[in-house]
Amino acid sequence: MQDDLAIRARGLARSFGGLRAVDGVDLDVPRGMIFAILGPNGAGKTTLLRMLATLLRPDDGEATVLGHDLSRHPDRVRGAIAMTGQFASLDEDLTGRENLVMLARLWGFSWRAARVRAAELLEAFDLSDAAKRQVKDYSGGMRRRLDIAASLVVTPGVLFLDEPTTGLDPTARAGVWRLIRGLAAEGVTILLTTQYLEEADQLAGRIAVIDHGRKIAEGTSRELKAQTGSGMLHVTPAEAAQRDHALALMGEQAQPDPEGARLSVPVADDAEAAAHLARLSEAGIRLSEFSLGAPSLDEVFFALTGREAA
Amino acid sequence: MSIPLPRGPRPAAPSALSNAVTFAWRAVLKFRHVPEQMFDLVMTPIMFTLLFTFIFGGALAGSSLAYLQWFIPGILVQTTVFNTVYSGMGLSTDLSKGLFDRFRSLPIWPLAPFAGLMVGDMLRHTIAGAIILGIGLGLGYRPEAGAAGIFASWLLLLAVGFGWGWIFIVLGLVVRTPMTVMTLGFAVLFPVTFASNIMVDPVTMPDWLRAFVEVNPISTMTTAMRSLMAGTATLGEIGLALLSPALLTLALAPLVLWLYRRN
Repeated sequence: MQDDLAIRARGLARSFGGLRAVDGVDLDVPRGMIFAILGPNGAGKTTLLRMLATLLRPDDGEATVLGHDLSRHPDRVRGAIAMTGQFASLDEDLTGRENLVMLARLWGFSWRAARVRAAELLEAFDLSDAAKRQVKDYSGGMRRRLDIAASLVVTPGVLFLDEPTTGLDPTARAGVWRLIRGLAAEGVTILLTTQYLEEADQLAGRIAVIDHGRKIAEGTSRELKAQTGSGMLHVTPAEAAQRDHALALMGEQAQPDPEGARLSVPVADDAEAAAHLARLSEAGIRLSEFSLGAPSLDEVFFALTGREAA
Repeated sequence: MSIPLPRGPRPAAPSALSNAVTFAWRAVLKFRHVPEQMFDLVMTPIMFTLLFTFIFGGALAGSSLAYLQWFIPGILVQTTVFNTVYSGMGLSTDLSKGLFDRFRSLPIWPLAPFAGLMVGDMLRHTIAGAIILGIGLGLGYRPEAGAAGIFASWLLLLAVGFGWGWIFIVLGLVVRTPMTVMTLGFAVLFPVTFASNIMVDPVTMPDWLRAFVEVNPISTMTTAMRSLMAGTATLGEIGLALLSPALLTLALAPLVLWLYRRN
């Protein structure tokens, strides 16, 4: 057992019917890190997380969470973790305060201590005003905050967050990001899943990319970007009518952006970028904008899987 | 943003009983916040009581009042059995929303959430039974054994609710949509409660049906209810009435635990 690892998984696998939802995943999550599992819908992210949180039994493989063996001591694992699922794991009929008091009681707080703890969390998560309202009347962002608060009744060693910002508006998303960074700063190890490349890029110290139940890449955001090549040249033709011509000139690897205005092509170095620009100029295509940059995670995902990220 | 994470030692792990009490508290809170659920629970039995007493009662028993004496203990059994469906629906709703995922990822006694469900059920059966009995008394129903009979009947009803409740906890765990739980539940319960001695004495039924009605556990439970209310109950009647709740508990409680943990 390595002490500096919060999670160590080897060959975790789980099938549903004939489908290998998770197909032999190894994972080493250092203590105190925000670790992101990135992948499109149906990649197996949630299944992987649910296995590590003792909610699903693996068909194969083994894992330790904070040194506790997942299959031999699931109860010790449960005592060391907290899980915030994809769908609010709250009782909608109860108020925000009652939900937290209930969980504090289940963790062994006395009634009085449970009420104190609930009040602290409501205050910290900016929910004091809504404490006495039923959760069904909460907004999406409030629900998510309460849901995360519910995982912090006691300090978890590892916090699992399954798609913590799916369905949130940008303001609420930024709030949840601040929260996650704050928790990591307090020393909580966080394993989160996301289908947003930007989210993994913004938050995570390390990223594992999952596709069809397998880990296809892992590293820091910078390392993953480096795998795609040194950089991307982005150009925007001044006249939309010349776009297709420009795309053809830039070669087979060139890609139009989903919105269509910008074209991107991977380049090995700045000389190759300059060659592209010269060719466009000779063909009489004027550019309103061009830039050379590291590839985005979207492009990384495309390079790794040959498909657009979902 | 600063988050108050407790640094000191955690509280000691709570006992299974403490967990069950917490879940029971949750069930009581649900009553406070969603009082209208009682409306769903008692509307059908109230309609049945009025319909059968005033429309069919005279024809079936000579007078509405005489029919009430026959019908009230039976409709109490029916109300209780029907209401177990709602706890299965509630469980199915909890599961579909991910609430049980949180419970399952806590280091608690695995059966505690179900103990809480059961406490909620007992409350529901008590309140619904009191409302139906109150209406019956208002219409002229008079249990010969008085308060003692009512108390004994209440205990029997709780046993019936407890035992039959397991059926719908199992369905709630297996069937993922609450509406399907309800449809399935009533598809089974309607024929079973009608083909019983709740509404009518089976003497006029064809032999094959009467043979079923006489062994139908709903009938044995209803017979025991009538006897308890009348003060004439025998141990045999009570034992027969408790047979199905006991068997259901023995068979289904382990199944519930297995279903809950199977993943």
